[in-house]
Amino acid sequence: MAYDKFDILTSTAVPLPIENVDTDQIIPARFLKATERVGFGDNLFRDWRYNQDNTLKEDFVLNQDKFSGKILVGGKNFGSGSSREHAAWAVYDYGFRCVVSSFFADIFRGNCLNIGVLPVQVSAEFLQKIFDAVEVDPSTKLEINLPEQKITLLPTGESESFDINDYKKNNMLNGFDDIDYLLNIKKDIETFAENTPL
Amino acid sequence: MSATKTLFDKVWDSHVVHKIQDGPDVLFIDRHMVHEVTSPVAFLGIKNRSIPVMHPEKTFATADHNTPTINQHLPVTDPLSANQLKMLEENANEYGISYWGLGHAKNGIVHVVGPEYGITQPGATIVCGDSHTSTHGAFGAIAFGIGTSEVEMVLATQCIMQPKPKRMRININGKMSKGVTPKDVALFIISQLTTSGATGYFVEYAGEIFRDMSMEGRMTVCNLSIEMGARGGMIAPDEKTFEYVKDREFTPKGADWDKAMAYWETLYTDEDAIFDKELTFDGSLIEPMITYGTNPGMGMGISNDIPMANAVQGGATTYQKSLKYMDFNEGDSMMGKPIDFVFLGSCTNGRIEDFRAFASIVKGRKKADNVTAWLVPGSHKVESAIKEEGILDILTESGFELREPGCSACLAMNDDKVPAGKLAVSTSNRNFEGRQGPGSRTLLASPLVAAAAAVTGKVTDPRELMVELV
Repeated sequence: MAYDKFDILTSTAVPLPIENVDTDQIIPARFLKATERVGFGDNLFRDWRYNQDNTLKEDFVLNQDKFSGKILVGGKNFGSGSSREHAAWAVYDYGFRCVVSSFFADIFRGNCLNIGVLPVQVSAEFLQKIFDAVEVDPSTKLEINLPEQKITLLPTGESESFDINDYKKNNMLNGFDDIDYLLNIKKDIETFAENTPL
Repeated sequence: MSATKTLFDKVWDSHVVHKIQDGPDVLFIDRHMVHEVTSPVAFLGIKNRSIPVMHPEKTFATADHNTPTINQHLPVTDPLSANQLKMLEENANEYGISYWGLGHAKNGIVHVVGPEYGITQPGATIVCGDSHTSTHGAFGAIAFGIGTSEVEMVLATQCIMQPKPKRMRININGKMSKGVTPKDVALFIISQLTTSGATGYFVEYAGEIFRDMSMEGRMTVCNLSIEMGARGGMIAPDEKTFEYVKDREFTPKGADWDKAMAYWETLYTDEDAIFDKELTFDGSLIEPMITYGTNPGMGMGISNDIPMANAVQGGATTYQKSLKYMDFNEGDSMMGKPIDFVFLGSCTNGRIEDFRAFASIVKGRKKADNVTAWLVPGSHKVESAIKEEGILDILTESGFELREPGCSACLAMNDDKVPAGKLAVSTSNRNFEGRQGPGSRTLLASPLVAAAAAVTGKVTDPRELMVELV
């Protein structure tokens, strides 16, 4: 489905300095039973956020009042594991519009782009700078500038550019999705299908 | 420019409908498998747009992820699971998609039944809303997992939009040593590459060790490609592949077979083809593997000690967090650790060959009293073979019970959950925190290692229990 347009996002960030955060942590399998895309944010990082008796784990970052914002900053290899788009839905539904990491798992990255969450890959050094700055001062703001493909730590002005292909960038800026594109070339696809051997 | 191509290039390039400048390729999909968990929102999407399924004959539906593995003839008691299963059936019926639901003779795990009925074919592009779709690469297909938005795209247009991955080849020569199975080969590769070592790549497995493997073994290897971050993995089809595929329900027959074979026989990597990355290992050095941490890259030879934090790739904090969750220490030996559960099954190791291997160890022995064992065939076809080959008798004699097909404790969406704190030896594919139930602790291993643990009640080197071949 079409999604919100993404242009320039300025926000505080929630730091999660752990590597290999897998999709089973982002949304455990037992919460994949919905048949509509609603309510997944409630179970984002469920088993890191809640004890088994459903009380809050006070030390987990989402349960600390000092951290909030629309940007989630995770350690290297964020989103590894399953193809469940529910992980990206949970991130979005919780209120994040951007995930920053030094490395993303492929399918998670693609799923984010398909629902309007911007994955921003930065260098390991810049990632550490963000973690350090947010740790010292949780009110630290980041600016994610999609048109210029630039991420900036606002207090110091330190910035880095990030990659995104022109096609996906245009989709994000305009809130388009792939099906819009594919339906426009339906004739080409039908012709191709007629000539496919299998 | 050289005209030589890799196997991956040949299949990918022949499926590109349209190329976008500085963007993804529009890739035509030959086979689409759907299951109950990742498809409802996709069907809802096309419903909301009022568009039909473009090629219902190219999509196949089966129920597997949240189905119970006992009493499948009774109504599903969990209302949320029951609702997802009902939605799948309704959607399949509404759009004219073949549907092998719970209770159907052809029901089973999507990546087990696809090959069994010949839906999986060499040179095809195959997708499913499940990351272990890479399994089908064993036949020389390009197969990979997709998200629900992409499931919707395939339903609507039979295409997805993907940037072409880079090419990696993993060469392993030599023979598998005693007690070593395809699962160990895969866990070894992942331990060398880490869980992100192949991210951005599509892998071709080449060399003697893979050529010697059965199709079931190749499926196990390709299945685990995603666990090193690769989008998928594939093995060039050969006589073994064609022999497996021939005469299955959905494979071409007669003149169509000859035509298909003419195409399939071109599916190999040309001699001078270039890979973006190439790795080579000596297969004879691989021993039975076991994992000790919370991702599939944290694995080692079963006789080794858990590495020290300063000796591994990645951050020490993350590593120690992982060991703390497992309640293990750096330098621990895994051998002799008491275990509580054994799970034999999943799209990784739920095929007949896996049950044969398990039975070869437990035969003439008894299940340890402290172990709860879940033996779950990947499909009804596997279940039938277990019975026909006399494997069920061996299992029963040793105190094991056979359950009904499904994904089961691999991701614990149904009632097959390992309780918090309990230690399970599992033939599945992920040892993530809580993967097999909240608080569960998982050791990934082969069916042989699982069997050795099941009869001794602790982590045991299966080679100690194997009959010497003279």
